[in-house]
Amino acid sequence: MKSLEAFRDKELVQLLIEEIGRIAPPSVNLMEVCGGHTMAIQKAGLPSLLPPGIRLLSGPGCPVCVTSYDFIDQALALIRKEKVTITTYGDLIRVPGSGGNLAEARALGADIRVVYSLLEAIEMARKEPQKEIVFLGIGFETTAPATAAGLDLAVKEKLRNFSVFSAHKVMIPAMDALLEQGSPIHGYICPGHVSAITGSEVYRHLPSRFGACCVISGFEAVDILESILMLVKQYVSHEPVVEIQYRRVVRPEGNLKARELMDKYFELKDDWWRGLGVIPYSGLKIRPEYAAWNAEEKFGMQAVENKEPPGCICGLVLKGVKTPADCPLFANICQPSDPVGACMVSSEGACHAHYLYREDG
Amino acid sequence: MRIIFTVKMDKILLGHGSGGKLTADLISGLFRKYFRAPQLLEGRDAALLEIPGSTLVFTTDSFVIHPLFYPGGNIGKLAVCGTVNDLAVSGARPLFLSAGFILEEGCDMKLLESVVSSMAAEAEKAGISLVTADTKVVEKGKCDQIFINTSGIGCLLPAYRKPGHQYEVTCGDSIIVNGFIGDHAMAVLQARNDLGFSSGVSSDNACLHELVASLVHSGFRLKWMRDPTRGGLGTLLNELALQQHCGVFVEETAIPVRPEVEGLCELLGFDVLTLANEGKLVLVVPEEETAELLQQMKAHPLGQYAACIGRITDQSPGRVVMLTGVGGRRIVHPLLGEILPRIC
Repeated sequence: MKSLEAFRDKELVQLLIEEIGRIAPPSVNLMEVCGGHTMAIQKAGLPSLLPPGIRLLSGPGCPVCVTSYDFIDQALALIRKEKVTITTYGDLIRVPGSGGNLAEARALGADIRVVYSLLEAIEMARKEPQKEIVFLGIGFETTAPATAAGLDLAVKEKLRNFSVFSAHKVMIPAMDALLEQGSPIHGYICPGHVSAITGSEVYRHLPSRFGACCVISGFEAVDILESILMLVKQYVSHEPVVEIQYRRVVRPEGNLKARELMDKYFELKDDWWRGLGVIPYSGLKIRPEYAAWNAEEKFGMQAVENKEPPGCICGLVLKGVKTPADCPLFANICQPSDPVGACMVSSEGACHAHYLYREDG
Repeated sequence: MRIIFTVKMDKILLGHGSGGKLTADLISGLFRKYFRAPQLLEGRDAALLEIPGSTLVFTTDSFVIHPLFYPGGNIGKLAVCGTVNDLAVSGARPLFLSAGFILEEGCDMKLLESVVSSMAAEAEKAGISLVTADTKVVEKGKCDQIFINTSGIGCLLPAYRKPGHQYEVTCGDSIIVNGFIGDHAMAVLQARNDLGFSSGVSSDNACLHELVASLVHSGFRLKWMRDPTRGGLGTLLNELALQQHCGVFVEETAIPVRPEVEGLCELLGFDVLTLANEGKLVLVVPEEETAELLQQMKAHPLGQYAACIGRITDQSPGRVVMLTGVGGRRIVHPLLGEILPRIC
């Protein structure tokens, strides 16, 4: 990890903090869209270093946080079917549905397996032909290409006992929706890994249409502070643009190969986001020509109405209107060990990160 | 179709065995309701039993680790070290050990023998005698090859102060750890071959009683002593802050972490402070004894990379605050649920 040490340099951090302090306006709201950024900011303790006028809001970029109850409920219904094994990334197994979560179902004997990579699920399908291996596809443009690559393998190998239940979403429509719904955001710390796939052009309309400043940021303390400095400079000079701070990873054109693969297997659909409601063209659905690998089609799954849990303000937190501390459930009824709202579930969720790393209260 | 599993917390989850908050909830919510011996309620790693003329220290631990063998150890060695360490951090000299084996039908005899011989070797090295044992066999699929329970009896080192008579933890005291953290969890994780690559990290699996005894005999005022196992260093520091009603302040850059473990944590999204250890010791000592204690620890093979990682404060009692590598401050929380099941 030596290569990253320069991005955690204490003196550099101090210099950036001083520079931000020198030009910072009395008040500015910056949203880190990506859960990875939320986590990195809290883990490095950056809020304790920044001047008070710089308010960092945590956005909707934690995949499990915006995934509907309905998705979990449908997965729980699916696991009751004969021969079905569910494979998923670890974060999803504690996400509450309306009547329980996957961890509890596993405790009751359901065959639910946590995988680090989709390839493990593919391998299970090869080795256990008597099983129906369903992969819960979750995440944004960062994980969707991997799911598409998995589908590509399954299609080529004619692996008929493998399918994907997709809750994949795309990021930009949600960033638009927040601004359209009037969230008090002056600038976006744009997601680093999503942008590595999408490139920077996809943000172009945000400054022109909404006056929002945009900087694509890396994940180390120095990256994030440099991005904040760039955003503050844009904001105080009233010249919002799209800039790339994370140049060592993100290119303006993005990753064409990954995008091609995504386009081949997925099409856009209107999708429901926890806290934000239905956002047009924000979800990824497996194309009809690959229906045999689409768990929804294969098992005739029925979509049901989506609802928010009573009392939970995750939606307002995701929009940047409220902070986790404003929620009456925060840290009492809703805790990481027993989450009510989705923002408390994933370690990248705004409430979870706030709970773990806050210094006060 | 809608409500499928309505079992909220009326079933045991894997997280109940993680040594974190769920485990604590299970102990306080269920076990303490029925078992109320004062020694148990004291909530230590081992119970102190007063008998005429002596103080015995008694502890028990079960081992369900998967896989049975991992770089640096195996379930047999672990079953000795785990129990010896619970005695050691209670200030005891380990004397006697019991072992209960739960074996799965079909378990390979050679495998069992290599576990048992490794247990015997470790016990001999530790100077502890296995004096009683039991064996049960269950049907195939009812356990995973070999589970072991060990109990240990030791006697309190004469120079060690009993609980209730110990030196008080006060503001300014130093917090010491004897070496790199997180090695055990990473070694086990890699042995599971879930990751598809290897970094060469070995478990820190070791008996700590000699190191502890040498510090006690040298007269250091060991005010608080524990071994961070499941739940990791972060969970243990929280216990320190809560039990002693003090603030705990640690510096991220002072905590010994191997670069390869740090790298794996980055990759997998783990917090090294929540990773399990099996040969680590955390001590609270007066500030003025710190330098000398570190010097003596570093002369011992198990203390070579010992470091002072922080201090006791009078600010925010019950909380652990960390100065991060880049100079920010944040709270360190105990482990909340499961990160890696069956790590010991």
